[in-house]
Amino acid sequence: MTVADLSVILPEIVLCCYAMVALLVAAYTGKDETAPLLVWTTTGIFFLTAIWIGLGPSGGTHVVQEGLFIDDGFARFAKVAILLSAAAVLLMGEGYMARRDLLRFEYPLLVTLAVVGMMVMVSAGNLMSLYMGLELQSLSLYVVAALRRDSVRSTEAGLKYFVLGALSSGLLLYGASLTYGFAGTTDFAGIVTVATEGHVPLGLLFGLVFLVSGLAFKVSAAPFHMWTPDVYEGSPTPVTAFFATAPKMAAMALFARLVHGAFGGVVGDWQQVLALLSVISMFLGSIAAIGQTNIKRLMAYSSITHMGYALMGLAAGTAFGVQAMLVYMAIYVTMNVGTFAFILSMGRDGQPVTDISSLNNYANREPMKALAMLVLLFSLAGVPPLVGFFGKYYVLRAAYDGGLAWLAVAGVIASVIGAFYYLRIVYYLYFGQEKEVLDHDTSPVLGVMLVVSAAAMVVGVVNLFGVDTMAAAAAAALVP
Amino acid sequence: MVGLEHYLAVAATLFVIGIFGLFLNRKNVIILLMSIELMLLSVNINLVAFSSFLGDLTGQIFTMFVLTVAAAEAAIGLAILVCFFRNRGTIAVEDVNNMKG
Repeated sequence: MTVADLSVILPEIVLCCYAMVALLVAAYTGKDETAPLLVWTTTGIFFLTAIWIGLGPSGGTHVVQEGLFIDDGFARFAKVAILLSAAAVLLMGEGYMARRDLLRFEYPLLVTLAVVGMMVMVSAGNLMSLYMGLELQSLSLYVVAALRRDSVRSTEAGLKYFVLGALSSGLLLYGASLTYGFAGTTDFAGIVTVATEGHVPLGLLFGLVFLVSGLAFKVSAAPFHMWTPDVYEGSPTPVTAFFATAPKMAAMALFARLVHGAFGGVVGDWQQVLALLSVISMFLGSIAAIGQTNIKRLMAYSSITHMGYALMGLAAGTAFGVQAMLVYMAIYVTMNVGTFAFILSMGRDGQPVTDISSLNNYANREPMKALAMLVLLFSLAGVPPLVGFFGKYYVLRAAYDGGLAWLAVAGVIASVIGAFYYLRIVYYLYFGQEKEVLDHDTSPVLGVMLVVSAAAMVVGVVNLFGVDTMAAAAAAALVP
Repeated sequence: MVGLEHYLAVAATLFVIGIFGLFLNRKNVIILLMSIELMLLSVNINLVAFSSFLGDLTGQIFTMFVLTVAAAEAAIGLAILVCFFRNRGTIAVEDVNNMKG
């Protein structure tokens, strides 16, 4: 371990040290009174780290710590997206949690540790660092899901997430052990030399399948999605917003890193598995969301559908496919930040409301917010000319170019089915029968997030803010 | 002579018992935690057996990490379980059903 090695992993070290120092300071001083301050500091540090990683001088690819940790364009793209979305979600949730006496000092610190885990995940160059990053993220998220200790729903969400998450870690680990045994190494660069087209040991294929199913749990792709609706519904809404953004980005990036970095020589072997996961997720998410009355559950099914599309990009097995996946995820995270800003602002008499029918005729009272939500919902549904459409266009084209035309056709059909439930919310917003009125929310943070995210969906049509060229550079770093 | 395949067979059996324990158990959440532990430990047998077979230390280092994480995981699982018990008054698996699904 040299100084050069340490300088590459400096952002992670800084975040780790911050989390530990802040934990000590908060425990010895005001405990939960320091929570608002900690939220703002953590947000600031996330933001600065994102700038540091995104605009810093460290170009090119650095493989450090004997191949355990890879810092390349791909990792940096994912890290910036993770840090920015985590910062946005932390900031949005602060008011909501403070009003409901939920703002404990552990919350921003657990989020910090989860973010460190995600950063290690997307930089993993070895099955060991993959596993350690994934577990650091998962263990923090289990606790955050059960943050509302006195609520049956929140603790039940935590318990379900824990049991199914541990099962998925077990599957992933079993796959890792088989991969190690049959490839003789845990290093991605070593595995890729063993796993070449034509003569792959059978045990290595088994390992690949277990690894993929373990990761499919983490990205909540069907048929490994069963925890998602319950965890989304039971967790406090700011936590749900966090679940729907940064961890999804990290898990998809890790997925890409694993299949291209370690199994890049046997694209045909994992392509069909990913295509199958993608098709099931798209259809199951679209169809199951139709019957939902709770907007958080609906967003859970919506995330399953979106993961299906992101996996479609990955299933193409090309550099363009990875680019499409990154563009799709960046757009998805932006849309979700805005949508959850809206959901966080829904409340009546100080109590959070998540019933979709409570939105009836909302547009009459708050035309601006209803319009912003309309834009976001259209974008989520992939209606042209909004940005969400371009995300879908990218993955569909990647699948078509990758020789999976049937998958692209299935994607179009699923998106038509999926449009129904987004449009149903729009119908409620504008034409529903008004019953009980929602409170007028005055939080400036939520309003700004909602409007900025919606505006990005319209303005981004011009050039996607250059995200597609950045994603192309990131994909080129991963897939030669 | 006990060879690699015997160890792999034992590990695979334990792993499958762990998975079945998770899905077939209708009684007690503690048994779920035990099943999870069984799965992780079966992986350790796999790793150590491969490590000895290949004459490569990486597998044993991996095992150390897995053991540590398994301990942390059990601690967090029990903590969440205690919170759940305080709210719900029971830890039977069939009572973990406040939300459908």
